[in-house]
Amino acid sequence: MITMKQRRKRNETWIKYLLSALATISILTTLGIIYSLFSETFVFFQHVSIVEFFTTLQWSPSLKPQHFGVWPLVVGTAMIAIGSAAVAIPLGLGSAIYLSEYAKKKTRKVIKPILEVLAGIPSVVYGFFALTFITPILRDIIPSTKIFNAASASIAVGIMIIPLVASLSEDAMNAVPDSMRQGAYALGSTRFEVATKVVVPAALSGIGSAFVLAISRAIGETMIVAIAAGQSPILTFNPLNSIQTMTGFMVNVALGDIEYGSIEYQTVFAVGALLFLLTFSLNLIARYIVKKNRETYA
Amino acid sequence: MNLDSVEARRYIARKLKQRKALDKIFHGIVFLATMVGVVFLIVLLTKIFRDGFGSLNWNFLTSFPSRFPSKAGILTALVGSIWIISLTILIALPIGVGTAIYLEEYANKRSKFYNLLVVNIANLAGVPAIVYGMLGLMVFVRLLQFGNSILSGAFTLSLLILPVIIVASQEAIKAVPNSLREASFALGASKWQTVSRVVLPYAIPGILTGAILAVSRAMGEAAPLIMVGGAGYVGFLPDSPMDVFSALPLQIYNWTSRPQTEFQNVAAAGIIVLLVLLLTLNAIAVFIRNKYSYRMD
Repeated sequence: MITMKQRRKRNETWIKYLLSALATISILTTLGIIYSLFSETFVFFQHVSIVEFFTTLQWSPSLKPQHFGVWPLVVGTAMIAIGSAAVAIPLGLGSAIYLSEYAKKKTRKVIKPILEVLAGIPSVVYGFFALTFITPILRDIIPSTKIFNAASASIAVGIMIIPLVASLSEDAMNAVPDSMRQGAYALGSTRFEVATKVVVPAALSGIGSAFVLAISRAIGETMIVAIAAGQSPILTFNPLNSIQTMTGFMVNVALGDIEYGSIEYQTVFAVGALLFLLTFSLNLIARYIVKKNRETYA
Repeated sequence: MNLDSVEARRYIARKLKQRKALDKIFHGIVFLATMVGVVFLIVLLTKIFRDGFGSLNWNFLTSFPSRFPSKAGILTALVGSIWIISLTILIALPIGVGTAIYLEEYANKRSKFYNLLVVNIANLAGVPAIVYGMLGLMVFVRLLQFGNSILSGAFTLSLLILPVIIVASQEAIKAVPNSLREASFALGASKWQTVSRVVLPYAIPGILTGAILAVSRAMGEAAPLIMVGGAGYVGFLPDSPMDVFSALPLQIYNWTSRPQTEFQNVAAAGIIVLLVLLLTLNAIAVFIRNKYSYRMD
């Protein structure tokens, strides 16, 4: 006969197993991502030489004659990443310095949630705005700007990731102990000097990792570039031209009717695998920066 | 140098003036940097309301998509989004909360498994949304044969928001005072009794707030749904999770990418609908947080 106590004990064990099984799903997700991307990529590289993929400069996987040089996509992606970083890093860091060092508590309480809203707006909305508002303005200023161009998309991506840069940098600055600020003030420093010579240097590793994470986010951003940056995988370094990013290519192929198992189908996975490796390395670097330079002011 | 000399004093006074001026200028610069984001938000919302308000009416909400901008409606996308989001909650919430309970209440925090889970979740949070779409395409659409269905979309989005739900739930569970657990154990309650009747009820407002924010992220995602075959033009309403689907962001993308300018206004009207839904979700989250945050402090 099973006593109540034994039954209860058995149930407890079952629950623990059930919960650990649920926790395992997140690990299965990672394995699933790796399997999905790399199994098809493996097949892809049996048809296309890896040397062609990484060393040639023409990308036309769905047109005859097919070319599989991934550089136009990588350069397109890099242009978006650099352009949006040029927008988000100064503005995000500026916002963080303002919010953490200058703003009154009340002002901070109002402005911070407003900035957070920027991060909550879906990227299709930014894409729409880039195409119908930012692009016309750019074309008024520089008439040679194409309807679809990298600059407009970069600006929109940059604004979207301001809150990411701002809130991570602000967290890093808030972690700087107040005694350091007060020490500097006691020596007669102005707020500018405290911010730039004490707080920012002390928070540098956190700020640096915020920058890297922002770039990683920009690289993975899809809908803004699919809408506003164009679908022309032609190698160019002019941000006013139409480009195609890795993510833009993936969406474009998925929207068409692509036959399962065809080379175009596998191309999406190869590009996806490259995208995954890029963002994954950047995220590792971001974490490494923080870990390596973690100073404890205790 | 004699600090008391007249020149030295003048020099210091001038230097001080410069430093103070620099401080003021810098204050202005960082304030303006902050304001760029705020102004951008205002301009964006104004632009969208001006473009979309004219197309927004009852017909727009209750009509099917159409080739003619004046007849185009958002009904299939709206219903599709509601289907997907409901299923996403049903799938992601139990898995996310279960994982968080395991991590916070059961796992040995020094074990390798715990470490693996935590690092893995942090990494998943940084994976681009479109990559989840590839996973969905491979696993749910192909391998499990769900096809280009609502179910594939919901599973894909569930995995996408799982890290957010797990982390939010962990925070909520961590915030439960240990004294409550100890009191429960002292009364002879088992681990699960304590977790299910003491810890969870206390943590639920925090968990729900996090879950709602995660869901509102899923609501705006287009890229992963495109990868699993969500369409921008579906002419009928789904009546089972195995049906093909559209969703608000897909429909908006479809309208935005059409050449006729009239469709831009229709897209803006669609964006208003999406933003209003997101605002409602966020308002609910704030309401829950405010209503329950005073408890037992």
